[in-house]
Parts: sequence; C-alpha cells; structure tokens
Amino acid sequence: MTDTPLVIAGKSFTSRFLLGTGKFKNKKDLSDSIIAGGSQIVTVALRRIDLERHEENILEFIPPHVTLLTNTSGARNAQEAVRIARLAKASGCGNWVKIEVINDSKYLLPDNHETIKATEILSAEGFVVLPYISPDLYAARALVKAGAATVMPLGSFIGSNQGLKTKEFIQVLINEIDLPIIVDAGIGAPSQAAEAMEMGADAVLANTAIATAPNPAVLARAFALAIEAGRLAYLSGLPARHCVAKASSPLTGFLYDDTPTN
Amino acid sequence: MNIIINGKSQQLTSKKNLSDIVDTFCKQSKHVITELNGTIVPSDQWAQTNLQDGDALELVTFVGGG
Repeated sequence: MTDTPLVIAGKSFTSRFLLGTGKFKNKKDLSDSIIAGGSQIVTVALRRIDLERHEENILEFIPPHVTLLTNTSGARNAQEAVRIARLAKASGCGNWVKIEVINDSKYLLPDNHETIKATEILSAEGFVVLPYISPDLYAARALVKAGAATVMPLGSFIGSNQGLKTKEFIQVLINEIDLPIIVDAGIGAPSQAAEAMEMGADAVLANTAIATAPNPAVLARAFALAIEAGRLAYLSGLPARHCVAKASSPLTGFLYDDTPTN
Repeated sequence: MNIIINGKSQQLTSKKNLSDIVDTFCKQSKHVITELNGTIVPSDQWAQTNLQDGDALELVTFVGGG
C-alpha cells in the first residue's frame, strides 16, 4: 500500500517523524539521530549568545535538506512569541515557526489563548505556523481560522515520556480538524508513537525520548519504524475488538467432527 | 561609551558599528541575529549601523530545542 506524503503549507514530506534537537549529550548523537530516524523537519530554539564561551552552532549538525522549524520557547505571551519568530526569520533560515507559549513553570502547559493570538499575527505576516497546544477543539478551530498550517496537540507533559494521556481529546481533533495533526510532547516510546499514528495522527514529534536514551540513534530508528507501522495500521484500518474469544483455526475437531464443549 | 549586550554592560573604547561588535563578541558571525533597541538589524546593514551610548543590543543564535 502506498501512502500519500505529509503536506504542510504545500511542502511534501515522506517522513512523519519530526525530531526536536534539545537535550542531546553531544552533537554527533543529534546528527546520527536525524539520519537514523529519517526526519525531514527538525525543531530548534533561539537563545542569547553566550559571550563567555564558544559553542558550536547547532545548525552545523543538521543536514541541509532538512526543514528547520524554530520554536518560540521562552515566550510567555503572544508578543514574545512574535518577537522570537521574527528574529528567527531574520536569520535567513526560513519562515517555519512552532508557536510555543508557556507561562507555567511546573506543568509547562501551553497557553492556548496566547498561542492563537500569535498564530493570527504571524500567519498574516507570511510565516508557516505550527502551533503547539493543549488539545482543545475550540482552540484548534480558532487556529484554523487564524491561518495555522498544522495543529500540534500535546500527548502528555513535556519531557514526561508518559505517552498519550490526552488520547481521547487528540482523537477529537483528528476527527474534526482539517489540518495535519502532529502529536507533540510526552511521547516517550515507539509504541506510544505507533499508537498516535494508529489513531490517525498525521505525524509525531519527539525530542526528550530520543535525546536522553542510552543510544539515541537506535531509538530514533525505532521511532521511525513505529511511526511507519502505526501509519500503515491506520491506512489499513484495525479489526473489530471482541470481549470473548474468536478462534483463528477451524473449530471442527482435528480427527472428530464434534467441537469442544464444556 | 557604554552599551548593553545581552543584558550586560560593556565598555567600548572607540566608535564601533554593529559588524565590529559581532566580530568582537561572537566567535563566528554565521547565524547571528541582532536586535538593536528592540529592532532587528539585518546582517547586510551591520556595517552602516553605528552604536550609540546606552544602546541595548541582543545577539542571538540557534540552539537545540524541541
């Protein structure tokens, strides 16, 4: 069965695995993970340059064919997110931005309201906007109206590796929103990524799970395979579930005609 | 004169433009983005942009993030 590509803002991708670049122990692990996982969209962040020490620039470790998606991490409101997005665009590294507005240091939950405001402003300026939200139908509808290119609902708390705690709410977005749904945050294992794809998510973004794994490149490959497996399962459709057994071999006796009874 | 770079006061002994500042304070100029008093200055305007006493400059670049 052949799949259609993931299309975001008119750009086609064969990979449905987006990779974040934070928390990697070293830059080689990052490059190896991008290659092993086959990611074609990779997130980065913007920060003040440390004037005291020389740091290798992260962009040197991202293959040139990869689409850069700058996040607005550190933004506490729409205005700050817009400022970060404009700075990123000024670098000449593209106009794709992941809106991430967080104003809570304990749960790190995104502020949907501010995210919608930032999406409106940046979409009007020609940015390709991928907003990160708590899965909420009304927020997602507002994002469609605001010109978002995708909707990125969280699976569970950022960096928690807890998987799809918000599963039912993400399913609502998959069913109702006519934009690519990319499950972001909290996906800690390939099985969880596969589960998201089986539900009909269009793609999965992972970072902490890969970056903090004992062998990041191997786990990146495992995620890529799981995402592909989950996608194929979705395209096929899953069979009905039953609460009693249904034999998969013929139920007539091996040598006799009677069926087992009890 | 004094300017604020990334939140820290820096003493400049002579008149400097933004290009000089990036060369002095950043190990490499590639992927450096500058914001002077809240306004982004594209790299092709660095050489014509002279720093004034009391200016607030942000020098930012890309780092890892999810």
